[in-house]
Amino acid sequence: MTDSETADLEQFRSETRAWLEANCPPEMRKPATSDADVFWGGRNTRFSSEPQRIWFERMRDRGWTVPDWPREYGGGGLSAAEHKVLRAEMAKIGARPPLSSFGIWMLGPALLKYGNEAQKQEHLPKIAAGLIRWCQGYSEPNAGSDLASLQTRAESDGDDFVITGSKIWTSYANYADWIFCLVRTDSTAKKHDGISFILFDMTSKGVTTKPILLISGYSPFCETFFDGVRVPKSHVVGTVNRGWDVAKYLLQHERAMISGMGERGVGRPLGQIAADSVGADAQGRLDDAMLRGRIATFDVDEAALAACAERAVDLAKAGQAHPAFSSAMKYYGTELNKRRYEILMSAGGVDALEWESERSRQGARPRAWLRTKANSIEGGTSEVMLGIVAKRILDLPGA
Amino acid sequence: MALVLTEEQSMLRDSARGLISDKAPVPHLRQLRDSKDPTGFSKEFWHSFAEMGFAGLLVPEEFGGSGLGFVEAGVVMEEIGRTLMPSPFLATSVVAASALNRGGNAAQKSEYLPKISNGSLLATLAIDEGAKHRPLQTSLQAVRAGNGFRLSGAKALVVDGHVADLFIVAARTAGSAGEREGLTLFLVNPKAKGVAIERTIMVDAHNAARIELANVEVNADSVLGEIDQGAGLLDGVLDIGRGAVASEMVGLSEEVFGRTVEYLKSRKQFGKLIGEFQALQHRAAELYVDIEITRAAVMKALQALDTDVAKATSAVAVAKARAGTTATRAVQEGVQMHGGMGMTDQFDIGFFMKRARVCEELFGDANYHTEQLARARGY
Repeated sequence: MTDSETADLEQFRSETRAWLEANCPPEMRKPATSDADVFWGGRNTRFSSEPQRIWFERMRDRGWTVPDWPREYGGGGLSAAEHKVLRAEMAKIGARPPLSSFGIWMLGPALLKYGNEAQKQEHLPKIAAGLIRWCQGYSEPNAGSDLASLQTRAESDGDDFVITGSKIWTSYANYADWIFCLVRTDSTAKKHDGISFILFDMTSKGVTTKPILLISGYSPFCETFFDGVRVPKSHVVGTVNRGWDVAKYLLQHERAMISGMGERGVGRPLGQIAADSVGADAQGRLDDAMLRGRIATFDVDEAALAACAERAVDLAKAGQAHPAFSSAMKYYGTELNKRRYEILMSAGGVDALEWESERSRQGARPRAWLRTKANSIEGGTSEVMLGIVAKRILDLPGA
Repeated sequence: MALVLTEEQSMLRDSARGLISDKAPVPHLRQLRDSKDPTGFSKEFWHSFAEMGFAGLLVPEEFGGSGLGFVEAGVVMEEIGRTLMPSPFLATSVVAASALNRGGNAAQKSEYLPKISNGSLLATLAIDEGAKHRPLQTSLQAVRAGNGFRLSGAKALVVDGHVADLFIVAARTAGSAGEREGLTLFLVNPKAKGVAIERTIMVDAHNAARIELANVEVNADSVLGEIDQGAGLLDGVLDIGRGAVASEMVGLSEEVFGRTVEYLKSRKQFGKLIGEFQALQHRAAELYVDIEITRAAVMKALQALDTDVAKATSAVAVAKARAGTTATRAVQEGVQMHGGMGMTDQFDIGFFMKRARVCEELFGDANYHTEQLARARGY
């Protein structure tokens, strides 16, 4: 980096800091504690508070719901270095993401790479502005880890495909406006070769959703059924029958997103949270030496993972990233988040077992603990991730 | 700062790797061990190291050094870790040079730093006294005597202690073991009256010594830094050493892992390459992830040291703790996956296991640094 680039970046940092200080409401500088604190956008969305609305609109108007997307598609047009500065400055004041969306994390990157111009113009600005909420139609009852064996069929009929089949684990399908979906367009080809990636409106005739009650007591996932849903062929992203390329590319982004879940490095140290319930000795040391050791080891690993996540972004920017590296991050990040919640449950003791009381915020902790168990399953299981690392990065033989 | 090497740093890595892998591959260590080499490293090679500017890598240019930073020192340490080359680089060029540069007065710097840069002076920090690294437990006594001090006590794990031209000794001028106040660093001539040096042949065949000081007299000019206030200087110097050893462990881990993966791709049992077995694939993949995460943590720590040594403590604790557990895992899996061959002295893998064990103890093990992080975070 030249001196003048460094100076420009420092100026961007001080301007960004000042702008965030002036524009991020204090209420939006605390970690989200429930799903109501997360703004997902979409046709039927409502803001849960006035500060949430203000924060979202101010960020949207700067293109900072998607800071690194091109301006022409509603993004902020920031360079990778500027984006890193913005993230760091937001983290410094604990600013929440103004908009959470599968459109931002998953579909957007895939459209930017594989979409045609009309598709980009149509969909990206609506994602950036939080107008359309997307869901992901990937897994099926008989296609989980073996995703490419999916059976939902898209039959050609003139200018349309007619889609029949079902999906499962469709996150928030019951709230979503549109779906990006993997369908089989050639049932005679090898399993990876007959798949297409297609977009359609969830209000289309023939689409129904049914929430699945999980062990957490919540229903973030749905079964989704398609009964002769008619979709124009122009809604296919990329080439017909080459949807697996798009699917894999999107999965890399999904895995990067999942590996970043959890409130890493935000708020009070885990050891202090534990001290609230476990107690501490005169020197402030947690009154449970074994738990203290587990937490400290967790903290070491968490800090190291944060460095690795930062490095992964820098490597990608430098063109040195291995395309399968997101699988490595996904594996470690999700296992670490599960460890975090095992520690929180252990630290909370009896208090962490209450499921319905006001005091426990309707069992927020045990429900979140149970939710984390899906982290190492969704988006590819830990075992699938390790297999990808073994084969694609380490080049180990077989299967 | 991006967590990737710059172009210049990559070039430095390539030249260090070229030199070290060519002149000092693992058989170099084996040869030094088997011949019971009295020096414990190659003097000739150390001079080429100095000529390339590595000996004075951290020394400012005004004292004949290269004036580079800790990321660059880490780059060299990593390459040393790959071949396990015994070298004064850690004790002299990283730890002692940093102590002199950070704590020395003008006279001390101009006397010693140019000699470190040209490879003519070997120096080392004498800190540990007990079985474990506990810097504040220092109890080697320094009492005022006339215009100077008289030092008495013992030190262990003094790297390159039997060949050093200069000891930097942590001593207690006030207070008692466990206290931060009252620590002072002294420059001590190993040939001074009352110094006894015992070279200790270690498991890893790298240099170390036990030294004993019995009423060793030093003058007032031998104080490095401030009297009684040496803890701050020591913290920084030790953190620099920790970052360097963590880098060595990353290089060591990656090398042993690379060799192990190659073995998985060539060894056949049950009519298959053993790398086809999922039980081994998953363990190899987990280890890969561990090494990548540790590499990032170590790079983060080195950058933090370059930014501000005094504020790098937590990042260094994370790095050294991670490097310790990762290297331990890497060498254990290395031996296990090499099967019976891994147990033989003829195979190099065992050398990595032995060196990793020593690196783990150097400047505090994973438990020590994990404990430091817990304290820093207030639990």
